[in-house]
Amino acid sequence: MSPKTLYDKIWDAHLAHEAEDGTCLLYIDRHLVHEVTSPQAFEGLRMANRTVRAPDKTIAVPDHNVPTTPDRVHGIENPESRIQVEALDKNAEDFGIHYYPVNDVRQGIVHIVGPEQGWTLPGMTVVCGDSHTATHGAFGALAHGIGTSEVEHVLATQTLIQTKSKNMKVEITGKLAPGVTAKDITLSVIGATGTAGGTGYVIEYCGEAIRDLSMEGRMTVCNMAIEGGARAGLIAPDDKTFAYVQGRPHAPKGAQWEAALNWWKTLYSDDDAHWDKVVTLKGEEIAPVVTWGTSPEDVLPINAEVPDPSSFAGGKVDAVKRALDYMGLKPGQKLSEVEIDTVFIGSCTNGRIEDLRAAAEILKGKKIAVKRAMIVPGSGLVRAQAEEEGLADIFKEAGFEWRLAGCSMCLAMNPDQLSPGERCAATSNRNFEGRQGRGGRTHLMSPAMAAAAAVTGRLTDIREMM
Amino acid sequence: MEKFEKLSGIAAPLPLINVDTDMIIPKQFLKTIKRSGLGINLFDEMRYDDDGNEIPDFVLNKPQYRDAQILVAGDNFGCGSSREHAPWAIKDFGIRCVIAPSYADIFYNNCFKNGILPIALPQDQVDVLMKEAEKGANARIEVDLEAQTVSTSDGEVFAFEVDAFKKHCLLEGLDDIGLTLAKADAIDVFEARAAQARPWV
Ligand code: SF4
Repeated sequence: MSPKTLYDKIWDAHLAHEAEDGTCLLYIDRHLVHEVTSPQAFEGLRMANRTVRAPDKTIAVPDHNVPTTPDRVHGIENPESRIQVEALDKNAEDFGIHYYPVNDVRQGIVHIVGPEQGWTLPGMTVVCGDSHTATHGAFGALAHGIGTSEVEHVLATQTLIQTKSKNMKVEITGKLAPGVTAKDITLSVIGATGTAGGTGYVIEYCGEAIRDLSMEGRMTVCNMAIEGGARAGLIAPDDKTFAYVQGRPHAPKGAQWEAALNWWKTLYSDDDAHWDKVVTLKGEEIAPVVTWGTSPEDVLPINAEVPDPSSFAGGKVDAVKRALDYMGLKPGQKLSEVEIDTVFIGSCTNGRIEDLRAAAEILKGKKIAVKRAMIVPGSGLVRAQAEEEGLADIFKEAGFEWRLAGCSMCLAMNPDQLSPGERCAATSNRNFEGRQGRGGRTHLMSPAMAAAAAVTGRLTDIREMM
Repeated sequence: MEKFEKLSGIAAPLPLINVDTDMIIPKQFLKTIKRSGLGINLFDEMRYDDDGNEIPDFVLNKPQYRDAQILVAGDNFGCGSSREHAPWAIKDFGIRCVIAPSYADIFYNNCFKNGILPIALPQDQVDVLMKEAEKGANARIEVDLEAQTVSTSDGEVFAFEVDAFKKHCLLEGLDDIGLTLAKADAIDVFEARAAQARPWV
């Protein structure tokens, strides 16, 4: 048998049909659904008199525009958001799919809920009408975002029309230095490859630094594969993966667990598998990083200076000029002197318990020096655990708002938004113009770095606080 | 789905790289539960000021580009969020074809599902078309999907690549859910086999 990559193996196991012209139907094991990209898809099903083919493989949760303030238990005030969430309530009921409504403790960001509930398992195909579906790749699942027409296609057929991507290996060798996290890895990779560097590829992350990461950290790395342009990012499952999965509500049990484990252990790239592209970064050389511009590729070590547009080439020269103007930064300015108004810790990139622990470690016994700061746990269960561990008290004492679960200021569809010119240290994944509110300025970084910025009021090198 | 065969139209130049879907349609317009009506908010934050007035400098606000049917843009067009609201807004505005050196994966696929043709051409050819577009309403660009060509008003012709299945669906205006459901037998067979091999799924 010819050697295969992990992606090849999962692809082959899910190829339901291949037409003569090479068009493939890929079978989908898990379809995750949220309120923003699904209403038109369900509407399409109704109009064509179609049903959901596999409701037991379809899981829905509202997350994108739910308020995260405690008063949401009394209902959603914004009429448009309310209509969207009510539409999902109804669609879930009408089509008989698994559902975690707003006030269920298991509700949260779809990419956090899936793994937490054991819906996401190694070797699966997972899709969702959301680009950060790549998160689930941390389990060695082939997971990617799809558009609403494709959501409708999967609902109706449990398959997706696909062409196969190329294989790209991103290897992070060696050990990470103190203060350097999964977020720094994933941002540094995008900095090295550019936001289009992964276009046309599925990335497999490997190497010692990746193996050393917890499952939470691996999810952070895979989450941002899309920001590097890749269709998906994945990591071969290992004992850490199996330990994380075991015992979760929807993970297999008993004899099925043993059978699953046997197959999962075959899920790795063969030694002599073919890679169309290879990128290698040395773990030791990765620094704590922040973004300075309006694209996730605009990333530099925290001790660097804002770059000069003239040091770039092609269309990037104008893009950088525009970005610096938007961000209100000057070439040569030290990043560590940039003052911050607001801190946001949360999102499907960094809204898990480990992220909150990292932030709490910095915030313990300290007070914030910014105008406002909020922590939005990725799910109701993460929130409950953080309360149990005493993290919530640390946050509240430091001056952070302690919110309910949701996407919140990651995309600012709910009331959590930046105002024009407001500068935010954020643990989310996109620093696009207007992403966190019209005119808002976003700097992406790790939870520890965001917590450090909250304490000092400026972008801060975490290593100075260790 | 609306068919796409040939198009001869005004092309609007948008010489920016990494145009993301947040720029194409900001999130405040994602609260709709419909596919239509988003054209007015296409590029909203670049197109209108804080009071909702048009920003005259923005290309689609200029008189000569108000009826543009083609958009010429920079590298990595449509990156970021998977929102199909981006192609819905583009289509609703009246744009049926985008020309750029490269696209983000999900956006590219989404276009085809909505009767929009995204054409990828090498940078130097996009540069020529960008110049052409900058001439305004007098320069119409012609797109022929069957022949896979883009022609300028000066008669310069560029050939482009497109996946045969996607081309077929666009030319015929086919709904691909219907096409897939016609293969339901194959899916049944696969599903039964997978349930044996991986019963825990
Ligand atoms: S947290 Fe942000 S990136 Fe993640 S699913 Fe929500 S909006 Fe998307």
